[in-house]
Amino acid sequence: MTVINRQPLPAGAARSRRMPWQSWLGLAVQYALVAGVVLLICAPLFWMLTASVKTRQEIYTLPISWLPETYAWENFRQAWTAVPFERYFVNSIVTTSLGSLLKVTNGVLTAYALVFLDFPKKNLIFLGILAALMVPEQVTLIPNYVLVSELGWVNSYQGIIIPGGGVAFGTFLMRQHFLTLPREVIEAARMDGAGNLRMLWSVVLPMSRPTLVAFVLITVVEKWNDYVWPLLIATDDTVRTLPLGLQQLQNSEGQTQWGVVMAGAVLVIVPVLALFVWAQRHIVEGLTAGSVKG
Amino acid sequence: MRKLPWKEWVLFLAFVSPNLVLLVLFTYKPLLETFRLSFYNWDLISPTKTWVGMDNYTDYFSDETDRYIIRNTFVFTFATVCSTLVFGLMLALLLNRRLRGRDAARTVLFAPYVVSGAAIGIVWLFVFDPRFGLVAAILDRLGIASPNWYNDPNYAMPMVIIVYTWRNLGYAVVVYLAGLQTIPRELYEAARVDGAGSFTRFRRITLPHLSPVTFFLLVTSILGSMQAFDIIRVMTQGGPLDSTKTMVYQVYEQGFVNYRVGAASTVATVLFVFLLVVTVLQVRFLERRVHYS
Repeated sequence: MTVINRQPLPAGAARSRRMPWQSWLGLAVQYALVAGVVLLICAPLFWMLTASVKTRQEIYTLPISWLPETYAWENFRQAWTAVPFERYFVNSIVTTSLGSLLKVTNGVLTAYALVFLDFPKKNLIFLGILAALMVPEQVTLIPNYVLVSELGWVNSYQGIIIPGGGVAFGTFLMRQHFLTLPREVIEAARMDGAGNLRMLWSVVLPMSRPTLVAFVLITVVEKWNDYVWPLLIATDDTVRTLPLGLQQLQNSEGQTQWGVVMAGAVLVIVPVLALFVWAQRHIVEGLTAGSVKG
Repeated sequence: MRKLPWKEWVLFLAFVSPNLVLLVLFTYKPLLETFRLSFYNWDLISPTKTWVGMDNYTDYFSDETDRYIIRNTFVFTFATVCSTLVFGLMLALLLNRRLRGRDAARTVLFAPYVVSGAAIGIVWLFVFDPRFGLVAAILDRLGIASPNWYNDPNYAMPMVIIVYTWRNLGYAVVVYLAGLQTIPRELYEAARVDGAGSFTRFRRITLPHLSPVTFFLLVTSILGSMQAFDIIRVMTQGGPLDSTKTMVYQVYEQGFVNYRVGAASTVATVLFVFLLVVTVLQVRFLERRVHYS
Protein backbone atom coordinates (compact mmCIF):
# COMPACT_ATOMS: atom_id res chain seq x y z
CA MET A 1 0.00 0.00 0.00
CA THR A 2 2.98 2.30 -0.41
CA VAL A 3 1.97 3.43 -3.85
CA ILE A 4 -1.61 4.45 -4.18
CA ASN A 5 -2.86 3.83 -7.65
CA ARG A 6 -5.45 6.48 -8.30
CA GLN A 7 -7.81 5.43 -11.00
CA PRO A 8 -10.37 7.90 -12.27
CA LEU A 9 -13.67 7.06 -10.64
CA PRO A 10 -17.01 8.43 -11.66
CA ALA A 11 -18.63 10.43 -8.88
CA GLY A 12 -20.68 8.27 -6.53
CA ALA A 13 -19.46 5.05 -8.10
CA ALA A 14 -18.64 3.42 -4.75
CA ARG A 15 -22.12 4.18 -3.52
CA SER A 16 -24.06 3.09 -6.56
CA ARG A 17 -22.27 -0.28 -6.71
CA ARG A 18 -24.19 -1.33 -3.64
CA MET A 19 -27.79 -2.39 -4.00
CA PRO A 20 -30.07 -0.19 -1.90
CA TRP A 21 -31.83 -3.13 -0.25
CA GLN A 22 -28.47 -4.58 0.79
CA SER A 23 -27.36 -1.46 2.61
CA TRP A 24 -30.79 -1.18 4.13
CA LEU A 25 -30.49 -4.73 5.43
CA GLY A 26 -26.96 -4.07 6.66
CA LEU A 27 -28.14 -1.06 8.60
CA ALA A 28 -31.02 -3.02 10.10
CA VAL A 29 -28.61 -5.76 11.24
CA GLN A 30 -26.34 -3.15 12.81
CA TYR A 31 -29.20 -1.53 14.69
CA ALA A 32 -30.44 -4.93 15.82
CA LEU A 33 -26.96 -5.80 17.14
CA VAL A 34 -26.65 -2.52 19.05
CA ALA A 35 -30.12 -2.96 20.50
CA GLY A 36 -29.31 -6.55 21.51
CA VAL A 37 -26.14 -5.53 23.32
CA VAL A 38 -27.83 -2.64 25.10
CA LEU A 39 -30.57 -5.02 26.17
CA LEU A 40 -28.01 -7.53 27.46
CA ILE A 41 -26.22 -4.85 29.49
CA CYS A 42 -29.47 -3.45 30.87
CA ALA A 43 -31.10 -6.79 31.67
CA PRO A 44 -29.60 -7.27 35.16
CA LEU A 45 -30.41 -3.68 36.10
CA PHE A 46 -33.93 -4.11 34.77
CA TRP A 47 -34.23 -7.31 36.81
CA MET A 48 -33.09 -5.45 39.92
CA LEU A 49 -35.47 -2.51 39.39
CA THR A 50 -38.54 -4.64 38.75
CA ALA A 51 -37.83 -6.97 41.67
CA SER A 52 -37.46 -4.00 44.01
CA VAL A 53 -41.14 -3.14 43.49
CA LYS A 54 -42.55 -6.64 43.16
CA THR A 55 -44.31 -8.27 46.07
CA ARG A 56 -42.64 -11.24 47.69
CA GLN A 57 -45.35 -13.50 46.38
CA GLU A 58 -44.81 -12.32 42.83
CA ILE A 59 -41.06 -12.88 42.94
CA TYR A 60 -41.40 -16.41 44.24
CA THR A 61 -44.08 -17.58 41.81
CA LEU A 62 -43.41 -19.58 38.66
CA PRO A 63 -43.60 -18.85 35.80
CA ILE A 64 -41.66 -15.64 36.34
CA SER A 65 -43.42 -12.34 35.74
CA TRP A 66 -41.47 -9.97 33.51
CA LEU A 67 -43.10 -6.76 34.60
CA PRO A 68 -44.38 -6.08 38.09
CA GLU A 69 -48.13 -6.49 38.48
CA THR A 70 -48.26 -4.00 41.32
CA TYR A 71 -45.82 -1.37 42.42
CA ALA A 72 -45.09 -2.09 46.06
CA TRP A 73 -42.75 0.26 47.92
CA GLU A 74 -42.82 -2.04 50.92
CA ASN A 75 -39.43 -3.55 49.92
CA PHE A 76 -37.71 -0.19 50.28
CA ARG A 77 -39.21 0.42 53.70
CA GLN A 78 -38.15 -3.04 54.81
CA ALA A 79 -34.61 -2.66 53.42
CA TRP A 80 -34.31 0.69 55.21
CA THR A 81 -35.31 -0.81 58.57
CA ALA A 82 -33.85 -4.36 58.37
CA VAL A 83 -30.35 -2.88 58.56
CA PRO A 84 -29.30 0.67 59.54
CA PHE A 85 -29.25 1.98 55.97
CA GLU A 86 -29.29 5.59 57.09
CA ARG A 87 -26.10 5.01 59.02
CA TYR A 88 -24.48 3.36 55.97
CA PHE A 89 -25.40 6.35 53.84
CA VAL A 90 -23.90 8.78 56.34
CA ASN A 91 -20.76 6.65 56.61
CA SER A 92 -20.39 6.41 52.83
CA ILE A 93 -20.86 10.16 52.44
CA VAL A 94 -18.35 10.96 55.19
CA THR A 95 -15.64 8.54 54.01
CA THR A 96 -16.15 9.39 50.34
CA SER A 97 -16.09 13.16 50.78
CA LEU A 98 -13.24 13.36 53.28
CA GLY A 99 -11.27 10.61 51.53
CA SER A 100 -11.66 12.32 48.16
CA LEU A 101 -10.79 15.72 49.61
CA LEU A 102 -7.57 14.33 51.10
CA LYS A 103 -6.62 12.55 47.91
CA VAL A 104 -7.41 15.41 45.54
CA THR A 105 -5.63 17.97 47.75
CA ASN A 106 -2.55 15.76 47.86
CA GLY A 107 -2.63 15.17 44.11
CA VAL A 108 -3.05 18.84 43.22
CA LEU A 109 -0.43 20.15 45.68
CA THR A 110 2.11 17.52 44.65
CA ALA A 111 1.56 18.12 40.95
CA TYR A 112 1.82 21.91 41.45
CA ALA A 113 5.08 21.57 43.34
CA LEU A 114 6.50 19.17 40.76
CA VAL A 115 5.73 21.50 37.87
CA PHE A 116 6.05 25.05 39.22
CA LEU A 117 8.42 24.88 42.18
CA ASP A 118 12.13 24.37 42.20
CA PHE A 119 13.73 21.49 44.04
CA PRO A 120 16.88 19.44 43.46
CA LYS A 121 16.17 16.10 41.72
CA LYS A 122 12.43 16.65 41.66
CA ASN A 123 12.01 14.25 38.75
CA LEU A 124 13.32 11.47 40.96
CA ILE A 125 10.62 12.35 43.48
CA PHE A 126 8.04 12.15 40.71
CA LEU A 127 9.25 8.69 39.72
CA GLY A 128 9.12 7.67 43.38
CA ILE A 129 5.46 8.69 43.51
CA LEU A 130 4.61 7.14 40.15
CA ALA A 131 6.14 3.82 41.19
CA ALA A 132 3.37 3.44 43.77
CA LEU A 133 1.16 2.51 40.83
CA MET A 134 3.05 -0.77 40.73
CA VAL A 135 1.97 -1.80 44.22
CA PRO A 136 -1.55 -3.23 44.30
CA GLU A 137 -3.63 -2.62 47.42
CA GLN A 138 -4.10 -6.32 48.13
CA VAL A 139 -0.37 -6.92 48.58
CA THR A 140 -0.16 -4.40 51.40
CA LEU A 141 -3.39 -5.32 53.23
CA ILE A 142 -1.92 -7.21 56.17
CA PRO A 143 0.85 -4.81 57.26
CA ASN A 144 -1.54 -1.88 56.80
CA TYR A 145 -4.12 -3.58 58.96
CA VAL A 146 -1.47 -4.22 61.62
CA LEU A 147 -0.37 -0.57 61.53
CA VAL A 148 -3.92 0.75 61.71
CA SER A 149 -4.76 -1.49 64.64
CA GLU A 150 -1.59 -0.39 66.45
CA LEU A 151 -2.77 3.17 65.99
CA GLY A 152 -6.11 2.15 67.50
CA TRP A 153 -7.93 3.12 64.32
CA VAL A 154 -9.81 -0.11 63.67
CA ASN A 155 -13.51 0.61 63.23
CA SER A 156 -13.04 4.35 62.80
CA TYR A 157 -13.40 6.89 60.00
CA GLN A 158 -9.72 7.81 60.09
CA GLY A 159 -8.84 4.13 59.79
CA ILE A 160 -10.84 3.92 56.57
CA ILE A 161 -9.79 7.30 55.16
CA ILE A 162 -6.16 8.05 55.97
CA PRO A 163 -4.36 4.95 54.59
CA GLY A 164 -5.90 5.71 51.17
CA GLY A 165 -4.81 9.37 51.22
CA GLY A 166 -1.67 9.04 49.11
CA VAL A 167 -2.18 9.38 45.38
CA ALA A 168 -0.02 8.42 42.43
CA PHE A 169 -2.36 8.30 39.43
CA GLY A 170 -4.07 11.61 40.20
CA THR A 171 -0.70 13.30 40.69
CA PHE A 172 0.31 12.00 37.29
CA LEU A 173 -2.93 13.19 35.73
CA MET A 174 -2.65 16.72 37.16
CA ARG A 175 1.07 17.03 36.45
CA GLN A 176 0.60 16.13 32.80
CA HIS A 177 -2.04 18.81 32.51
CA PHE A 178 -0.07 21.49 34.38
CA LEU A 179 2.81 20.92 31.97
CA THR A 180 0.61 21.96 29.08
CA LEU A 181 -0.38 25.32 30.60
CA PRO A 182 1.10 28.34 28.76
CA ARG A 183 4.23 29.53 30.56
CA GLU A 184 3.57 33.17 29.66
CA VAL A 185 0.39 33.29 31.73
CA ILE A 186 2.19 31.84 34.74
CA GLU A 187 5.09 34.25 34.36
CA ALA A 188 2.73 37.19 33.96
CA ALA A 189 0.90 36.28 37.16
CA ARG A 190 4.24 35.94 38.92
CA MET A 191 5.24 39.42 37.72
CA ASP A 192 2.02 40.74 39.18
CA GLY A 193 3.26 39.45 42.51
CA ALA A 194 0.98 36.45 42.91
CA GLY A 195 2.22 34.11 45.63
CA ASN A 196 2.19 30.37 45.05
CA LEU A 197 -1.08 29.70 46.85
CA ARG A 198 -2.83 32.47 44.94
CA MET A 199 -1.25 31.27 41.73
CA LEU A 200 -2.54 27.76 42.34
CA TRP A 201 -6.02 28.85 43.38
CA SER A 202 -6.76 31.65 40.93
CA VAL A 203 -4.54 30.94 37.92
CA VAL A 204 -3.56 27.29 37.62
CA LEU A 205 -6.70 25.55 38.87
CA PRO A 206 -9.19 27.65 36.86
CA MET A 207 -7.18 26.78 33.76
CA SER A 208 -7.29 23.09 34.63
CA ARG A 209 -10.97 22.64 35.33
CA PRO A 210 -11.77 19.66 33.07
CA THR A 211 -8.82 17.63 34.34
CA LEU A 212 -9.52 18.56 37.94
CA VAL A 213 -13.18 17.63 37.56
CA ALA A 214 -12.21 14.28 36.03
CA PHE A 215 -9.77 13.64 38.91
CA VAL A 216 -12.41 14.53 41.53
CA LEU A 217 -15.08 12.38 39.91
CA ILE A 218 -13.00 9.24 39.48
CA THR A 219 -11.82 9.60 43.07
CA VAL A 220 -15.38 9.95 44.35
CA VAL A 221 -16.55 6.93 42.37
CA GLU A 222 -13.58 4.88 43.58
CA LYS A 223 -14.16 5.82 47.23
CA TRP A 224 -17.92 5.24 47.04
CA ASN A 225 -17.35 1.73 45.68
CA ASP A 226 -14.33 0.87 47.82
CA TYR A 227 -14.79 -2.56 49.29
CA VAL A 228 -11.83 -4.54 50.58
CA TRP A 229 -10.26 -1.96 52.91
CA PRO A 230 -13.53 -0.89 54.64
CA LEU A 231 -14.37 -4.61 54.88
CA LEU A 232 -11.31 -5.12 57.06
CA ILE A 233 -11.52 -1.90 59.06
CA ALA A 234 -15.27 -1.60 59.71
CA THR A 235 -16.12 -4.21 62.29
CA ASP A 236 -19.65 -3.00 63.04
CA ASP A 237 -22.41 -0.78 61.70
CA THR A 238 -21.06 2.45 63.22
CA VAL A 239 -18.63 2.97 60.32
CA ARG A 240 -19.78 0.40 57.75
CA THR A 241 -20.21 1.90 54.25
CA LEU A 242 -22.97 1.15 51.73
CA PRO A 243 -21.36 -1.73 49.79
CA LEU A 244 -20.72 -3.53 53.08
CA GLY A 245 -24.16 -2.59 54.37
CA LEU A 246 -25.76 -4.07 51.29
CA GLN A 247 -23.96 -7.30 52.01
CA GLN A 248 -25.24 -7.18 55.58
CA LEU A 249 -28.73 -6.85 54.16
CA GLN A 250 -28.16 -9.79 51.86
CA ASN A 251 -26.86 -11.90 54.74
CA SER A 252 -29.89 -11.12 56.85
CA GLU A 253 -32.57 -11.37 54.13
CA GLY A 254 -30.75 -13.78 51.81
CA GLN A 255 -32.39 -15.70 49.01
CA THR A 256 -35.74 -15.66 50.72
CA GLN A 257 -36.27 -11.90 50.37
CA TRP A 258 -34.81 -10.95 47.00
CA GLY A 259 -37.21 -8.02 46.68
CA VAL A 260 -35.86 -6.36 49.82
CA VAL A 261 -32.25 -7.03 48.83
CA MET A 262 -32.84 -5.59 45.34
CA ALA A 263 -34.44 -2.49 46.88
CA GLY A 264 -31.23 -2.08 48.90
CA ALA A 265 -29.17 -2.53 45.73
CA VAL A 266 -31.19 0.19 44.01
CA LEU A 267 -30.38 2.54 46.90
CA VAL A 268 -26.65 1.84 46.48
CA ILE A 269 -26.45 1.81 42.69
CA VAL A 270 -28.77 4.64 41.66
CA PRO A 271 -26.80 7.57 43.20
CA VAL A 272 -23.66 6.53 41.34
CA LEU A 273 -25.55 5.97 38.09
CA ALA A 274 -27.16 9.39 38.46
CA LEU A 275 -23.76 10.99 39.00
CA PHE A 276 -22.44 9.10 36.00
CA VAL A 277 -25.23 10.15 33.65
CA TRP A 278 -24.89 13.74 34.83
CA ALA A 279 -21.11 13.95 34.43
CA GLN A 280 -20.27 11.06 32.15
CA ARG A 281 -17.98 12.98 29.83
CA HIS A 282 -15.61 13.87 32.68
CA ILE A 283 -15.83 10.47 34.34
CA VAL A 284 -15.08 8.60 31.14
CA GLU A 285 -12.26 11.01 30.38
CA GLY A 286 -10.68 10.48 33.79
CA LEU A 287 -11.09 6.73 33.85
CA THR A 288 -9.67 6.22 30.38
CA ALA A 289 -6.87 8.80 30.77
CA GLY A 290 -3.56 7.52 29.51
CA SER A 291 -5.09 5.08 27.07
CA VAL A 292 -4.99 7.05 23.85
CA LYS A 293 -2.51 9.76 23.06
CA GLY A 294 -3.71 13.34 22.85
CA MET B 1 15.01 30.98 41.77
CA ARG B 2 14.48 34.70 41.96
CA LYS B 3 14.63 34.87 45.74
CA LEU B 4 16.53 32.53 48.02
CA PRO B 5 16.30 28.98 46.62
CA TRP B 6 15.74 27.33 50.00
CA LYS B 7 12.52 29.26 50.50
CA GLU B 8 11.03 27.59 47.48
CA TRP B 9 12.44 24.23 48.59
CA VAL B 10 10.62 24.52 51.87
CA LEU B 11 7.36 25.22 50.06
CA PHE B 12 8.01 22.30 47.72
CA LEU B 13 8.45 20.00 50.71
CA ALA B 14 5.33 21.38 52.38
CA PHE B 15 3.31 20.60 49.24
CA VAL B 16 4.78 17.19 48.52
CA SER B 17 5.41 15.71 51.97
CA PRO B 18 1.86 14.75 53.00
CA ASN B 19 1.42 12.70 49.84
CA LEU B 20 4.91 11.25 50.01
CA VAL B 21 4.63 10.33 53.69
CA LEU B 22 1.28 8.59 53.13
CA LEU B 23 2.64 6.65 50.17
CA VAL B 24 5.73 5.58 52.09
CA LEU B 25 3.75 4.66 55.18
CA PHE B 26 0.86 2.83 53.49
CA THR B 27 2.34 1.59 50.21
CA TYR B 28 6.11 1.17 50.21
CA LYS B 29 6.76 0.19 53.80
CA PRO B 30 3.95 -2.41 53.93
CA LEU B 31 5.21 -3.89 50.66
CA LEU B 32 8.55 -4.64 52.28
CA GLU B 33 6.76 -5.74 55.43
CA THR B 34 4.67 -8.26 53.47
CA PHE B 35 7.88 -9.69 52.02
CA ARG B 36 9.41 -9.91 55.52
CA LEU B 37 6.33 -11.55 57.03
CA SER B 38 6.43 -14.29 54.40
CA PHE B 39 9.43 -15.73 56.28
CA TYR B 40 7.53 -15.98 59.56
CA ASN B 41 4.62 -17.83 61.07
CA TRP B 42 2.25 -15.50 62.86
CA ASP B 43 -1.44 -15.45 63.81
CA LEU B 44 -1.92 -11.64 63.55
CA ILE B 45 -2.61 -11.34 67.30
CA SER B 46 0.08 -12.93 69.45
CA PRO B 47 3.13 -10.81 70.32
CA THR B 48 5.64 -13.32 68.91
CA LYS B 49 6.38 -14.21 65.32
CA THR B 50 8.26 -17.42 64.54
CA TRP B 51 11.01 -17.33 61.94
CA VAL B 52 10.57 -20.24 59.53
CA GLY B 53 12.90 -19.29 56.70
CA MET B 54 11.77 -20.52 53.30
CA ASP B 55 9.22 -22.97 54.74
CA ASN B 56 6.19 -20.94 53.66
CA TYR B 57 7.48 -20.89 50.10
CA THR B 58 8.32 -24.61 49.94
CA ASP B 59 4.88 -25.35 51.40
CA TYR B 60 3.25 -23.02 48.94
CA PHE B 61 4.85 -24.47 45.85
CA SER B 62 4.32 -28.10 46.90
CA ASP B 63 0.70 -27.80 47.97
CA GLU B 64 -1.90 -29.00 45.50
CA THR B 65 -4.63 -26.59 46.63
CA ASP B 66 -2.27 -23.66 46.18
CA ARG B 67 -1.49 -24.81 42.67
CA TYR B 68 -5.21 -25.15 41.97
CA ILE B 69 -5.71 -21.56 43.15
CA ILE B 70 -2.90 -20.29 40.90
CA ARG B 71 -4.60 -22.16 38.04
CA ASN B 72 -7.95 -20.54 38.92
CA THR B 73 -6.31 -17.11 38.92
CA PHE B 74 -4.95 -17.65 35.43
CA VAL B 75 -8.17 -19.20 34.10
CA PHE B 76 -10.20 -16.27 35.44
CA THR B 77 -7.71 -13.71 34.10
CA PHE B 78 -7.38 -15.36 30.69
CA ALA B 79 -11.12 -15.75 30.19
CA THR B 80 -12.09 -12.26 31.36
CA VAL B 81 -9.30 -10.51 29.45
CA CYS B 82 -9.99 -12.38 26.20
CA SER B 83 -13.73 -11.87 26.28
CA THR B 84 -13.41 -8.21 27.30
CA LEU B 85 -10.96 -7.42 24.49
CA VAL B 86 -12.66 -9.44 21.74
CA PHE B 87 -16.21 -8.31 22.48
CA GLY B 88 -14.95 -4.81 23.29
CA LEU B 89 -13.35 -4.48 19.86
CA MET B 90 -16.38 -5.91 18.08
CA LEU B 91 -18.73 -3.51 19.82
CA ALA B 92 -16.41 -0.56 19.24
CA LEU B 93 -16.34 -1.32 15.51
CA LEU B 94 -20.11 -1.46 15.53
CA LEU B 95 -20.51 1.79 17.47
CA ASN B 96 -17.91 3.55 15.35
CA ARG B 97 -20.42 3.63 12.51
CA ARG B 98 -22.76 6.53 12.09
CA LEU B 99 -25.76 5.03 13.83
CA ARG B 100 -28.46 6.97 15.55
CA GLY B 101 -28.37 6.62 19.33
CA ARG B 102 -24.82 5.34 19.46
CA ASP B 103 -23.82 7.85 22.15
CA ALA B 104 -26.63 6.59 24.33
CA ALA B 105 -25.51 3.00 23.69
CA ARG B 106 -21.98 3.95 24.68
CA THR B 107 -23.22 5.47 27.94
CA VAL B 108 -25.24 2.38 28.79
CA LEU B 109 -22.29 0.11 28.02
CA PHE B 110 -19.94 2.09 30.23
CA ALA B 111 -22.33 2.48 33.16
CA PRO B 112 -21.63 -0.86 34.93
CA TYR B 113 -17.96 0.10 35.16
CA VAL B 114 -18.72 2.84 37.70
CA VAL B 115 -21.03 0.77 39.91
CA SER B 116 -19.86 -0.88 43.13
CA GLY B 117 -18.63 -4.42 42.48
CA ALA B 118 -20.28 -5.61 45.69
CA ALA B 119 -23.67 -4.29 44.55
CA ILE B 120 -23.19 -5.79 41.09
CA GLY B 121 -22.36 -9.16 42.64
CA ILE B 122 -25.53 -9.12 44.73
CA VAL B 123 -27.74 -8.13 41.79
CA TRP B 124 -26.25 -10.91 39.67
CA LEU B 125 -26.77 -13.45 42.44
CA PHE B 126 -30.47 -12.84 41.97
CA VAL B 127 -30.10 -12.92 38.15
CA PHE B 128 -28.47 -16.36 38.49
CA ASP B 129 -30.90 -17.63 41.14
CA PRO B 130 -31.45 -21.21 39.92
CA ARG B 131 -35.22 -21.10 40.45
CA PHE B 132 -36.47 -17.52 40.40
CA GLY B 133 -33.67 -15.75 38.52
CA LEU B 134 -33.63 -14.14 35.10
CA VAL B 135 -31.22 -16.70 33.64
CA ALA B 136 -33.38 -19.57 34.89
CA ALA B 137 -36.43 -17.93 33.29
CA ILE B 138 -34.69 -17.57 29.92
CA LEU B 139 -33.29 -21.10 30.02
CA ASP B 140 -36.73 -22.36 30.96
CA ARG B 141 -38.17 -20.71 27.83
CA LEU B 142 -35.58 -22.63 25.81
CA GLY B 143 -36.50 -25.83 27.61
CA ILE B 144 -33.23 -26.11 29.50
CA ALA B 145 -33.05 -26.70 33.24
CA SER B 146 -30.94 -24.04 34.98
CA PRO B 147 -27.73 -25.33 36.54
CA ASN B 148 -27.17 -24.55 40.17
CA TRP B 149 -24.78 -21.70 39.50
CA TYR B 150 -23.70 -21.05 43.09
CA ASN B 151 -23.22 -24.61 44.28
CA ASP B 152 -21.89 -26.42 41.24
CA PRO B 153 -18.08 -26.17 40.96
CA ASN B 154 -18.37 -26.44 37.17
CA TYR B 155 -20.63 -23.39 36.86
CA ALA B 156 -19.46 -21.01 39.58
CA MET B 157 -16.33 -19.95 37.68
CA PRO B 158 -18.17 -19.24 34.39
CA MET B 159 -20.68 -17.27 36.46
CA VAL B 160 -18.10 -14.91 37.99
CA ILE B 161 -16.35 -14.61 34.61
CA ILE B 162 -19.61 -13.49 32.98
CA VAL B 163 -20.30 -10.94 35.71
CA TYR B 164 -16.78 -9.55 35.69
CA THR B 165 -16.81 -9.24 31.88
CA TRP B 166 -20.22 -7.57 31.99
CA ARG B 167 -18.82 -4.98 34.34
CA ASN B 168 -15.65 -4.19 32.36
CA LEU B 169 -16.78 -4.50 28.76
CA GLY B 170 -17.80 -0.85 28.42
CA TYR B 171 -14.36 0.33 29.45
CA ALA B 172 -12.76 -1.61 26.60
CA VAL B 173 -15.39 -0.35 24.17
CA VAL B 174 -14.78 3.29 25.06
CA VAL B 175 -11.00 2.95 24.87
CA TYR B 176 -11.21 1.13 21.54
CA LEU B 177 -13.61 3.78 20.20
CA ALA B 178 -11.12 6.50 21.12
CA GLY B 179 -8.43 4.49 19.38
CA LEU B 180 -10.53 4.07 16.24
CA GLN B 181 -11.05 7.80 16.09
CA THR B 182 -7.29 8.36 15.73
CA ILE B 183 -7.05 6.34 12.49
CA PRO B 184 -6.91 8.74 9.51
CA ARG B 185 -9.94 8.31 7.24
CA GLU B 186 -7.82 8.79 4.12
CA LEU B 187 -6.20 5.41 4.71
CA TYR B 188 -9.55 3.68 4.30
CA GLU B 189 -10.43 5.77 1.27
CA ALA B 190 -7.12 4.92 -0.36
CA ALA B 191 -7.50 1.23 0.40
CA ARG B 192 -10.99 1.26 -0.99
CA VAL B 193 -9.74 2.81 -4.19
CA ASP B 194 -7.13 0.04 -4.32
CA GLY B 195 -9.99 -2.41 -4.19
CA ALA B 196 -9.29 -3.77 -0.69
CA GLY B 197 -12.32 -5.57 0.77
CA SER B 198 -13.65 -4.75 4.22
CA PHE B 199 -11.82 -7.65 5.86
CA THR B 200 -8.51 -6.66 4.28
CA ARG B 201 -9.05 -3.06 5.39
CA PHE B 202 -9.69 -4.28 8.93
CA ARG B 203 -6.64 -6.55 8.96
CA ARG B 204 -4.22 -4.16 7.26
CA ILE B 205 -5.34 -0.79 8.64
CA THR B 206 -7.58 -1.06 11.69
CA LEU B 207 -5.77 -3.77 13.63
CA PRO B 208 -2.21 -2.41 13.24
CA HIS B 209 -3.36 1.08 14.20
CA LEU B 210 -5.12 -0.25 17.26
CA SER B 211 -2.12 -2.18 18.53
CA PRO B 212 -1.01 0.44 21.11
CA VAL B 213 -4.57 0.64 22.45
CA THR B 214 -4.85 -3.14 22.52
CA PHE B 215 -1.59 -3.35 24.42
CA PHE B 216 -2.78 -0.80 26.95
CA LEU B 217 -6.08 -2.63 27.42
CA LEU B 218 -4.34 -5.98 27.66
CA VAL B 219 -2.08 -4.80 30.46
CA THR B 220 -4.71 -2.93 32.44
CA SER B 221 -7.22 -5.79 32.08
CA ILE B 222 -4.71 -8.38 33.24
CA LEU B 223 -3.87 -6.23 36.27
CA GLY B 224 -7.54 -5.67 37.05
CA SER B 225 -8.54 -9.32 36.68
CA MET B 226 -5.67 -10.61 38.78
CA GLN B 227 -6.80 -8.28 41.58
CA ALA B 228 -10.54 -8.92 41.27
CA PHE B 229 -11.97 -9.31 44.73
CA ASP B 230 -15.35 -7.72 45.45
CA ILE B 231 -17.43 -9.69 42.94
CA ILE B 232 -15.91 -13.02 43.99
CA ARG B 233 -16.20 -12.26 47.67
CA VAL B 234 -19.87 -11.29 47.37
CA MET B 235 -20.95 -14.02 44.96
CA THR B 236 -19.08 -17.19 45.89
CA GLN B 237 -16.61 -16.54 48.74
CA GLY B 238 -14.14 -18.51 46.63
CA GLY B 239 -16.36 -21.59 46.65
CA PRO B 240 -17.83 -24.06 46.00
CA LEU B 241 -14.87 -26.34 46.76
CA ASP B 242 -12.34 -23.55 46.03
CA SER B 243 -13.50 -23.47 42.39
CA THR B 244 -13.56 -19.65 42.25
CA LYS B 245 -10.76 -19.00 44.72
CA THR B 246 -8.07 -16.76 43.23
CA MET B 247 -4.79 -15.62 44.74
CA VAL B 248 -6.18 -12.30 45.92
CA TYR B 249 -9.00 -14.08 47.67
CA GLN B 250 -6.50 -16.47 49.23
CA VAL B 251 -4.48 -13.55 50.62
CA TYR B 252 -7.62 -12.22 52.29
CA GLU B 253 -8.76 -15.63 53.55
CA GLN B 254 -5.41 -16.82 54.89
CA GLY B 255 -4.76 -13.45 56.55
CA PHE B 256 -8.10 -12.43 57.95
CA VAL B 257 -10.14 -15.63 58.22
CA ASN B 258 -7.53 -18.32 59.00
CA TYR B 259 -5.07 -15.91 60.70
CA ARG B 260 -2.14 -17.48 58.90
CA VAL B 261 -0.19 -14.32 58.18
CA GLY B 262 2.95 -16.10 56.94
CA ALA B 263 1.03 -18.11 54.34
CA ALA B 264 -1.00 -15.03 53.31
CA SER B 265 2.16 -12.94 52.90
CA THR B 266 3.73 -15.68 50.80
CA VAL B 267 0.78 -15.66 48.40
CA ALA B 268 0.83 -11.86 48.35
CA THR B 269 4.54 -11.82 47.51
CA VAL B 270 4.13 -14.33 44.68
CA LEU B 271 1.16 -12.37 43.37
CA PHE B 272 3.16 -9.16 43.51
CA VAL B 273 5.91 -10.73 41.40
CA PHE B 274 3.34 -11.85 38.81
CA LEU B 275 1.81 -8.38 38.73
CA LEU B 276 5.19 -6.65 38.64
CA VAL B 277 6.07 -8.34 35.36
CA VAL B 278 2.87 -6.99 33.84
CA THR B 279 3.16 -3.58 35.50
CA VAL B 280 6.70 -2.94 34.30
CA LEU B 281 5.29 -3.19 30.79
CA GLN B 282 2.60 -0.68 31.68
CA VAL B 283 4.97 1.83 33.24
CA ARG B 284 7.19 1.63 30.15
CA PHE B 285 4.08 2.44 28.16
CA LEU B 286 3.13 5.37 30.42
CA GLU B 287 6.67 6.68 30.27
CA ARG B 288 6.53 6.75 26.50
CA ARG B 289 3.35 8.79 26.86
CA VAL B 290 5.13 11.17 29.21
CA HIS B 291 7.89 11.78 26.70
CA TYR B 292 5.45 12.37 23.90
CA SER B 293 3.43 15.02 25.64
